[in-house]
Amino acid sequence: MKTLKIEELSKNFGSTEVLKKINLEIDEGNFLVLLGPSGCGKSTLLNIIAGLETINEGDVFIDDYNVSKVEPKDRNIAMVFQSYALYPSMNVKENMIFGLKQAKTSKEKIQEQLEKVSKFLQVDQLLERKPSQLSGGQRQRVAIGRALVREPRIFLFDEPLSNLDAKLRVEMRREIKKLHQQLKTTVVYVTHDQTEAMSLGTNIAIMNHGVIQQNDTPEKIYNKPSNTFVADFIGSPSMNLIKGILKENSVDLLFTVSGSNLEIPIKDYDFKDKSNLNNKEVYFGIRPEHIFFKKFNESDFEINLRADLSEYIGHEQIMTFDYANQEVLAKFPSTIKIDLGKETKLYFDLTQASLFDAQTEERI
Amino acid sequence: MQDSLKSSSYQQLEKKSKYTNMFLRWFLYFILILFASYFIFPLYVMVVTSLKTMEEIRQGTLLSWPSGLNLESWAVAWGGRGYGAGDTFLRPYFWNSIKMVVPAVFFSTFIGAMTGYVLTKWRFKGDQWVFLFLLFGCFIPFQAILLPMARTLGVLGISNSVIGLVLVHTVYGIPFTTLFFRNYYISVPTELVKAARIDGAGFFKIFFKILLPISAPIIVVTVIWQFTQIWNDFLFGSTFSFGEAAPIQVALNNMVLSSTSVKEYNVDMASAIIAGIPTLIVYVLAGKYFIRGLTSGAVKG
Repeated sequence: MKTLKIEELSKNFGSTEVLKKINLEIDEGNFLVLLGPSGCGKSTLLNIIAGLETINEGDVFIDDYNVSKVEPKDRNIAMVFQSYALYPSMNVKENMIFGLKQAKTSKEKIQEQLEKVSKFLQVDQLLERKPSQLSGGQRQRVAIGRALVREPRIFLFDEPLSNLDAKLRVEMRREIKKLHQQLKTTVVYVTHDQTEAMSLGTNIAIMNHGVIQQNDTPEKIYNKPSNTFVADFIGSPSMNLIKGILKENSVDLLFTVSGSNLEIPIKDYDFKDKSNLNNKEVYFGIRPEHIFFKKFNESDFEINLRADLSEYIGHEQIMTFDYANQEVLAKFPSTIKIDLGKETKLYFDLTQASLFDAQTEERI
Repeated sequence: MQDSLKSSSYQQLEKKSKYTNMFLRWFLYFILILFASYFIFPLYVMVVTSLKTMEEIRQGTLLSWPSGLNLESWAVAWGGRGYGAGDTFLRPYFWNSIKMVVPAVFFSTFIGAMTGYVLTKWRFKGDQWVFLFLLFGCFIPFQAILLPMARTLGVLGISNSVIGLVLVHTVYGIPFTTLFFRNYYISVPTELVKAARIDGAGFFKIFFKILLPISAPIIVVTVIWQFTQIWNDFLFGSTFSFGEAAPIQVALNNMVLSSTSVKEYNVDMASAIIAGIPTLIVYVLAGKYFIRGLTSGAVKG
């Protein structure tokens, strides 16, 4: 039994297709992050799970019940919003128990839940205050509390940290992570921030143009992106994608760029399909953090590239190199001194490289 | 040497700008006082005249101070002279106006709030057209609808009655009240409504429990606006009512224009002030919120 299952879901606003045939499953207790650029449909998908938006095609199941036409309040879900959406005219206590009161819960049960949750979230001193008298972090906590008292099957978070300043965001991120570790409730979490997604999720679904590009663990998403969009979206700076062709000779498979004598041997690469590799147009993908200034592993591949640009950002520097007229970025500690305009010895960690078909942009 | 020269010239400059500033400031006050007295002048004349006897009015000038606190003309304006036919006085019409204004303000404000709520938080296909047509109501000259409205009131059997006037004012208030509430509610985050829906609140519960409690500023604005409009209305009052059912503005007109013998300026002035007092009271009591409410919608909810 899956806690949440989405089958062949499509949604359009007028003639604009927002979601196209989405399929998604979440196991009990997992933390799924919907990640993508703005306008990719992730918030719409969350609103559909909540029951706040209608569906054009497909179905949503919660615990194997088809809830596609069920009212939000009967779906056994709770939602935390970006603007917190605390009721301005009610104090913290009234905010938290509003849902329970609507559900005609007994007074004793309401009181018990309120005490438990407010202690747990350390808002028990704030119960009489109005939302306008709370700080950003406190509001966020109350909003989470309002969701918690309902003891839902699934928590839905809609960019809950976007309104907080950078420092508080990191703190609240840790708190949400702790919360999930303690409660083990299933979570669906929408964000456009890849750091949030990576640190919180047990699973990440990356979306673009209403399609799920990859749904995997954070490690798989980072190490084995399924297409160039995912490769480019995750990581900062994003993965270098060098355009070139594959050449097969009697011994090896080589990656070359036309008009250049640079060649990278492709060994031990886990191809999906080993046929028809000769003369295939591909992107060779390598992350800036997998390019080194000295040999760390025996298998590292040595290559000479010209340094063009250096960006100093404190704990590290981002260097731009020229690879047959294509830019390649590398991340080094800021203590390393590299002369600009000169050929520099670099080492590529080829075990971390990815190859993508240049036409379909899919991983090969 | 150079420095001291410089600093002395700076001192001179400073002195000079000080005098200039002082002069400009006094000039500013002069202008402000001039304009203020220009605006207060008619009110002064009204109050002063209403406190004079006819004898004084004939002999003195417009600006002269009354001999004493003579409230007789106020008593006449409010309660009449006590003889039978042809004696018009404001008291019954004042109550007519109250009976008209209170329900009309209440219903138009309430309906406007509901409509604004639906147009912003329960969007439907074509809602923008509905809003556009409602806006037309703000721009249609009221003279244009007198005949169809008279016919409607006739068919409904409520012409020449306070109820008829309540209906007319409610209907023609809705475009304005809707505009006010829609512009206010559009700045209230829709996530509030979503949160309430997940919490299990329905259409009316969300309206009464979540939105209405935070609408105080815009309710004040709307009530002041509607109260002033309806209380001061003469056109609808004179068209759709006569005799006993007339509101105070119509009665005031009849009183001032129908006096057969001598023009009693003191009674006329007292009547005009009485007819204007309720709107003044509303402004004094709620004016503070009026400005706040007018601007709050534009900036933040």
